[in-house]
Amino acid sequence: MKVIIVGCGRVGSSIALQLDREGWDVVAIDEKEEALSRLGSHWNGGFIVGHGMDVDILREAGIEEADAMVVATNGDNTNLVIGQVAQKRFDIQCVVVRVLDPARADFYQSLGLRTVSPTKTAIEVLADAVRACEVPGAREAAEART
Amino acid sequence: MYALVAGGGKAGSNVARSLIGMGHELTLIEQRPYRFAQLESEFEHQVQQGDATELYVLERAGIGRPPDLVVALTGDDEDNLIICQIAKERYAVPKTIARVNDPRNQAHFDLLGISPTICATTSIMALIEHEVPEHQLVHLLELRKENLEIVEVQIAKDSPSAGKRVERLSLPEGSRLISVMRNGKAEIAVGATELQPGDQVLAILEPGKEDELRRVLLKK
Repeated sequence: MKVIIVGCGRVGSSIALQLDREGWDVVAIDEKEEALSRLGSHWNGGFIVGHGMDVDILREAGIEEADAMVVATNGDNTNLVIGQVAQKRFDIQCVVVRVLDPARADFYQSLGLRTVSPTKTAIEVLADAVRACEVPGAREAAEART
Repeated sequence: MYALVAGGGKAGSNVARSLIGMGHELTLIEQRPYRFAQLESEFEHQVQQGDATELYVLERAGIGRPPDLVVALTGDDEDNLIICQIAKERYAVPKTIARVNDPRNQAHFDLLGISPTICATTSIMALIEHEVPEHQLVHLLELRKENLEIVEVQIAKDSPSAGKRVERLSLPEGSRLISVMRNGKAEIAVGATELQPGDQVLAILEPGKEDELRRVLLKK
């Protein structure tokens, strides 16, 4: 089981460490060499410095043998392009793409890309947290609206 | 015609100015605040500020009508690609044109069916091939949809193909010789056609096979 993680920031590096612990063969890609330090001093997986839009870098990371890919750079559009390249050009069945903008996440989901929007999740969780406070009168007000 | 132009840099603002001059209706979208302020004094209500990869920005600019044409000219290839993809697939915009800033990204546009595209580096390289004779191989026509191109080469005295019949050449896979022009007369190239120094040969081939073809026909 091989997974490539594109974007080794806070999110990407944590996923890399988790999947590594679960027995995956992990290769992380990041533009900045410093990102390697996020993986800790005992990192045994792969790490490649480069841009995920660069097909040579993807090949170097072993995309041809990869079973899965997580795309989590800090650019929504970059992620959407890399995700589609992995899916359509390299035929990777399990491609998961982080998209902060909920509208683009929904649209590309409808095109068959597995998108995850942390913003959408945050909106739901935060709104639920406000409801869970049970501020006096809030429930009655909501009921009166429906 | 109603056109939507994303990116108000040199290319975008000049395209917008020309289209308006031709009497077309248009909205220009620019993200950077300082650049937007400059453009607003000229384009007034025809320029809007925002990220043209955001659906609400596109909708505010009237992508739902939809426009007859969307032109994506930002300095970011991923943005241009996504703008055109959203325009085509979500809003059924009939025509899109995308700028490719880094020619290495061209393959991504092709993969996702975003065409036509325009890339300054690629155009400059094509001109160099036309203008610099030692390059030996002139691009005449690019059939992007078919993934084929037509090139012209001139056979020299010391070319390995001089004096050989076409059927004896080991041409790269995905390439064919079309015609041979000799002393001002063109003939269709067949297996028995013998190439001679001075012949101008037209060939059709898949882009990327130029070097192989050059080696078979021209290199010592």
